[in-house]
Amino acid sequence: MPDHDSAYDGLLESDDSHWAFGTSFEDPLAGVDTTIPDGVDAHALGEYALMLGDDALVYSHRISEWASRAPDLEEDIALANVALDLLGQARLLLARAAAAAPSLVPALPAGSPVPPEDALAFFRDERDFRNVRFVEPENGDFAVTVARLLVFSTYRLALLQRLVGSRDAVLSAVAAKGVKEVTYHRDYAGRWFLTLAQGTEESRRRLEAGLRLVWPLHDELFRTTAVERTVADQGVGVDPASVADEVDVLLEQVLSMSGLERPDVPPSGGVGGGTGRDGRHTEAMGRLLAEMQVVARAHPRGRW
Amino acid sequence: MVSAGSALAHELAAAVRDPEMPMLTLADLGVLRDVHVDGSRVVVTITPTYTGCPALATMRDDLVHTLRDHGYADVEVRVALHPAWSSDWITEHGRASLRRHGVSAPGPAARPDGPVALSLQPTRRRLTCPRCGSDDVGLTSEFGPTACTALYRCTTCLEPFEHVKEI
Repeated sequence: MPDHDSAYDGLLESDDSHWAFGTSFEDPLAGVDTTIPDGVDAHALGEYALMLGDDALVYSHRISEWASRAPDLEEDIALANVALDLLGQARLLLARAAAAAPSLVPALPAGSPVPPEDALAFFRDERDFRNVRFVEPENGDFAVTVARLLVFSTYRLALLQRLVGSRDAVLSAVAAKGVKEVTYHRDYAGRWFLTLAQGTEESRRRLEAGLRLVWPLHDELFRTTAVERTVADQGVGVDPASVADEVDVLLEQVLSMSGLERPDVPPSGGVGGGTGRDGRHTEAMGRLLAEMQVVARAHPRGRW
Repeated sequence: MVSAGSALAHELAAAVRDPEMPMLTLADLGVLRDVHVDGSRVVVTITPTYTGCPALATMRDDLVHTLRDHGYADVEVRVALHPAWSSDWITEHGRASLRRHGVSAPGPAARPDGPVALSLQPTRRRLTCPRCGSDDVGLTSEFGPTACTALYRCTTCLEPFEHVKEI
């Protein structure tokens, strides 16, 4: 049995499965029933899993930038945990996308040890990412981060609660787990929202500015794409428009308790007629991906 | 029917320790779902505590090493995502072990029936300090050094401690 007296003992073992690609679970869905339910368009299911997975992946990466830079140690740990939860969801969702629609996974050199979910995360170009633009912009200050996290986690929790009823066993299981996790994220953001709103003049001013900054991309969360309509009709996905009212009521609740007005700013237009779900992203996305993907792309065989 | 060989494999798997909270075995933590033996082949099924829990890979490695060291040539570890793990699955033995090591054990997990209510107040838990037994404790963070713990501080003995969250 391994000795846990020293954190370094594990590093000395000959098993190198802790490193880079092939981190021991070659397939995070091993042992999970990945059969496509009857009457479900497998490719649409894969594209839908990719949307939910990319939201989690990109936002996880963004939030993880707070590690070592948060206002104090507790917030540092909290934000790192939020990022970790989302990364866990992303891994399973990208693996689900790859299993349901293998053609989505970029081709890698023969013999590459990169598992499909990593290939999706690290070897796709910006245009192939399907996340909403809402999760892409720079973190800004802590107030901007809190405003964005409140809106996003309220939206995601509403989606995941409905997704528990998915006919797809994987999506249903990921959602059931995710509900527990994202409940913490939403409560965390809601409490900080209230604290900043009722804090000092400066904290309130920053929170108002933060909310104004994140608001223009918020409408896009509830815009239904053809893929989402298909999976909703087939009982495996959720039409995001169906959660708009619930999210609105919850946000209104926080706003009124905080004594803040809903920002009066127009929604951001698309890029060339498309939005994040169509692969049209903000300027910040390219830099985010460059940082997230650079090591994997430089070492596609996971060796150096 | 549980054969002698299967009972041994189960015992070995159950005794593997959680890498983040080594005072708990996988059985204590409630993540061990099934151990199936077929000759020298063993299939162990575990459930992640949190989706992104990095300890899962280590648990898997430790299970494989332990069972291989005891002569099971072919060990497979499967992950069951459903039903999702709950802190209610931590055994009484595990809870006692947590307290003995200065970690506060979780209370009953909430089972929301319908939409999850938004909570803008700090989570209220009736806790006692695992070191001095005082109930004069305060939450410092809902997120601790591992995904499954929150941070508290005892205002009597002034020591910080971890609390395993209800989920």
